[in-house]
Amino acid sequence: MNEVKGEVIKVSGPLVIARGLTGARMYEMVRVGEGRLFGEIIEIKGDSYSIQVYEETEGIGPGQPVWRTGEPLSVELGPGLIRSIYDGVQRPLDKLSYDFGEYIVRGAERPALDRSIKWEFNPVAKEGDRVEPGDVLGTVKESNLVIHKIMVPPGIWGIIKKIGPLTGNVDEVIAVIEGEGILHDITMVQRWPVRQPRPVKRKVVPVEPMVTGQRVIDMFFPITKGGTACVPGPFGSGKTVVQHQLAKWADAQIVVYVGCGERGNEMTDVLMEFPHLKDPASGEPLMERTVLVANTSNMPVAAREASVFTGIAIAEYYRDMGYSVALMADSTSRWAEAMREISGRLEEMPGEEGYPAYLGSRIASFYERAGSVVCLGSDERKGAITVIGAVSPPGGDLSEPVVQATLRVVKVFWGLDDKLAFSRHFPAINWLTSYSLYQDVVDEHADTRFEGQWSRNRKQAMEILQREAELEELVRLVGVDALPHEDRLLLQAAKMIREDFLHQNAFDDIDTCTSIEKQYRLLRLILHYYDRIKKAFKDGATLVALTGLEVLDDIARAKLIPEDDLEQFSIIEKRIDNSIVSLTW
Amino acid sequence: MAGIAKEYKTVTEIVGPLMIVEGVEGVTYGELADIRLQDGSMRRGRVLEVSGDRAVVQVFEGTSGLSPQDVKVKFLAKGMELGVSMEMLGRVFDGFGRPIDEGPAIIPEKYLNVNGSPMNPFARDYPNEFIQTGISTIDLLNTLVRGQKLPLFSGSGLPHSRLAVQIARQAKVLKTGEKFAVVFAAMGITFEEAEFFIADFRRTGAIERSVVFVNLADDPPIERIALPRMALTAAEYLAFEKDMHVLVIMTDITNYCEALREISAARREVPGRRGYPGYLYTDLSTIYERAGRIKGKKGSITQIPVLTMPEDDKTHPIPDLTGYITEGQIIIHRGLNARGIYPPVDVLPSLSRLKDKGIGDGKTREDHADLMNQLYSAYARGKNAKELAVVLGESALSETDLLFVKFADTFEDRFVRQGEDENRPIEESMRIGWELLSMLPKGELKRVRDKYIEKYLPKG
Repeated sequence: MNEVKGEVIKVSGPLVIARGLTGARMYEMVRVGEGRLFGEIIEIKGDSYSIQVYEETEGIGPGQPVWRTGEPLSVELGPGLIRSIYDGVQRPLDKLSYDFGEYIVRGAERPALDRSIKWEFNPVAKEGDRVEPGDVLGTVKESNLVIHKIMVPPGIWGIIKKIGPLTGNVDEVIAVIEGEGILHDITMVQRWPVRQPRPVKRKVVPVEPMVTGQRVIDMFFPITKGGTACVPGPFGSGKTVVQHQLAKWADAQIVVYVGCGERGNEMTDVLMEFPHLKDPASGEPLMERTVLVANTSNMPVAAREASVFTGIAIAEYYRDMGYSVALMADSTSRWAEAMREISGRLEEMPGEEGYPAYLGSRIASFYERAGSVVCLGSDERKGAITVIGAVSPPGGDLSEPVVQATLRVVKVFWGLDDKLAFSRHFPAINWLTSYSLYQDVVDEHADTRFEGQWSRNRKQAMEILQREAELEELVRLVGVDALPHEDRLLLQAAKMIREDFLHQNAFDDIDTCTSIEKQYRLLRLILHYYDRIKKAFKDGATLVALTGLEVLDDIARAKLIPEDDLEQFSIIEKRIDNSIVSLTW
Repeated sequence: MAGIAKEYKTVTEIVGPLMIVEGVEGVTYGELADIRLQDGSMRRGRVLEVSGDRAVVQVFEGTSGLSPQDVKVKFLAKGMELGVSMEMLGRVFDGFGRPIDEGPAIIPEKYLNVNGSPMNPFARDYPNEFIQTGISTIDLLNTLVRGQKLPLFSGSGLPHSRLAVQIARQAKVLKTGEKFAVVFAAMGITFEEAEFFIADFRRTGAIERSVVFVNLADDPPIERIALPRMALTAAEYLAFEKDMHVLVIMTDITNYCEALREISAARREVPGRRGYPGYLYTDLSTIYERAGRIKGKKGSITQIPVLTMPEDDKTHPIPDLTGYITEGQIIIHRGLNARGIYPPVDVLPSLSRLKDKGIGDGKTREDHADLMNQLYSAYARGKNAKELAVVLGESALSETDLLFVKFADTFEDRFVRQGEDENRPIEESMRIGWELLSMLPKGELKRVRDKYIEKYLPKG
């Protein structure tokens, strides 16, 4: 620990001002007061250092000591991250609860990576190899789903002098690298300052779709591996359920879930549910690929500000191994509010609605850490981070600064609608206002698979939904009976798209996640029905008969067809044909 | 720093509820202060900011009558604490935890810091035990579970107090033999309102298992900042040390937020929306998040905060931020109240986020979820059709839609409406629900599984 010791001169909530910290740098971590509370320097004016303290500051007063640590806020990266639950500054909440009780006490500290776990290191590089930063030295089986790659840390080049299989904790030296005459001991753990993006060889444009199993997303507003999305919506519109669904079913290899200033019980829900849910691809519990960062709303606000950075630094580390990582941040509004609170205490000139003027650039720099990349290392492996941020605009007002700053940088917008939520239409993603700028690249993928029909079907369905919205205006004025029968057929089709395709029950075992194949067949089924009734109507069938077919019940239940029995779709399609033929003859 | 605490006579400034003391030594953030007036009377304060030898002290009883020259301030070297003991049950306290019911002083078992510490999310146990409130719109449609925080969003002049009292009176878990307590926190409400609660607690004998904290509308507003924390500290003690299931009713959160705004304005902080401080969300969360259950502990804290929405506006910062923290909301509707329906719960925008884990087979009944969804969707459709009928006339509605309109009316009349002393068991609520559904054609009941229709829908 650094010898330099300063003293507190002012305390105002989570903000402490100290002097005498000679040589301290911006964003350096310090320890404040006799209780050695965690803090970070966020402003330096002459000999006056503003410190945001990550813990409750009651009992801190002028004259108390402040110690430098010489290091910025950093995370420990290595085997053992998976299945962990951390607070905003990477303290392991499970360990804290075993050692300090049910409440988070101040100054409590435990290493982020458990030193009592022995890992089996299997080298893939060998002595005499010339290595560069990012090169994989060996692997550790971290969980049933994750092979953890131990990489040469950034900044180290050279020749491997010593490496071999061993079993030990993360501090064990697994290799020695000689570069420029210096011997570097490499362990299984790296430390990395969270506010600094980890280096990559180069960024590339994301082109591969990320399948989420959520029909409205995959079909209408898709996202790519390495893409960015935001989910704004008023309270009660189901933001958190959407985030949880993505954390559960998105086809990412690693999921980092950041609960930033949200409800404690929701994190508990994730903690209790994920170990029991099975990843659809591997059958292993979802927890085997998940890292949780939980800084609930009542936990200190400065640590909330840090939590999204802690999350993304962990995500970047797994990306560097060549994995596709999905990061969910719920909610970025709470993060922005934490910035606002600190900024207010610093007496900075406020921008819009009291938020600091740098709000937009901070949000942009966070989302820019997402992306598809070619990782460091000589093997040109690719990794990706997809970032999905929930936004909680006050009163659901999308014109507020956090939503607007976010929309400027993200490519996908899933707008949640409380009217849909009230009518219990979930996910309450509004199909008229949402958008995805990845539609074209995803279409390209899907059209190759479904012979060009994917995008054709989607466009047709979207046209029906948009036409429905126009017609509804009309219905409100003149009543549904005044509409021509063709339009009423369209309304029927639109209703089916809404209820039988877009509506998806997160709590039903089958409905909760739908494969691409099934999504395609389900939408095709509805459109097939619509095409047939339109034609039959021209051939003289009546509206009442066409919209009262018994086969409609089969279509309504089609979303519950199990994934291993998709042939049923063809049977229903035949049934549609048969029942319509019987009408026109 | 031991020894006799120094008394300072160096107050230099008094602004609103705040007082600035200069030349202080060894004062820490959050520390309590005793303030002695010339006439010997005492007030309480808390350090809000300390900078060098200058401390900003918030005076709980207000600063009226204070003069910088004749005030003496003594810092107590401790934060705000509440002395707790089982004797608190049956007693009434002010915002500082001092008895105001003419009973004897409490002999505390121990002192607890009222700010509490955040509960470790890892140590939480997920709330999933059904609480029967005897109110159909809550039990069947917006189920309350133990450890949940479910606010009543109301407006001035609406019967939220009556509903809150009814919940406190009737709430029980479908198991017996468990210890149950009510902690009631009244912030800035009128004497009559407070008396309504206390009298009802007395009438039903509930007072014996209640702890009441009262700050009336004419009491110092600043005391309101401390009061909910006092109440929740008492609740935590009862729940997690004495294994009791505690229901905390807090009314009215709007008054609390206004007190917070008053202090923020006096400190000249940059205001957020509508003049409320930017940290309102964080502050409220340190209250609401104290609800919950802890793994390995028997007790629980369930919160029913009551707030009146200014102009019935749900997007006002207080209900808005509350809704983002609490696990749902029960909305009291002016229109229903005007039509004489009690309790006037607006079912459609009301929500309990934790209901799914508290209902179903083994908790309430297997058909609960289906029935709930069906009632929701049928009522929503009926309401929509009614709106349409307003514009186009009833003749424009299809026959089925007319049935739904009738359903919606009957639903409000028979299901939503119930007596103030009517304690409906969940089975009874479900029976009424099924009976209402029998008004509709069977083919329209798409949200309930056939086997439940078979089993529960009244025949004929």
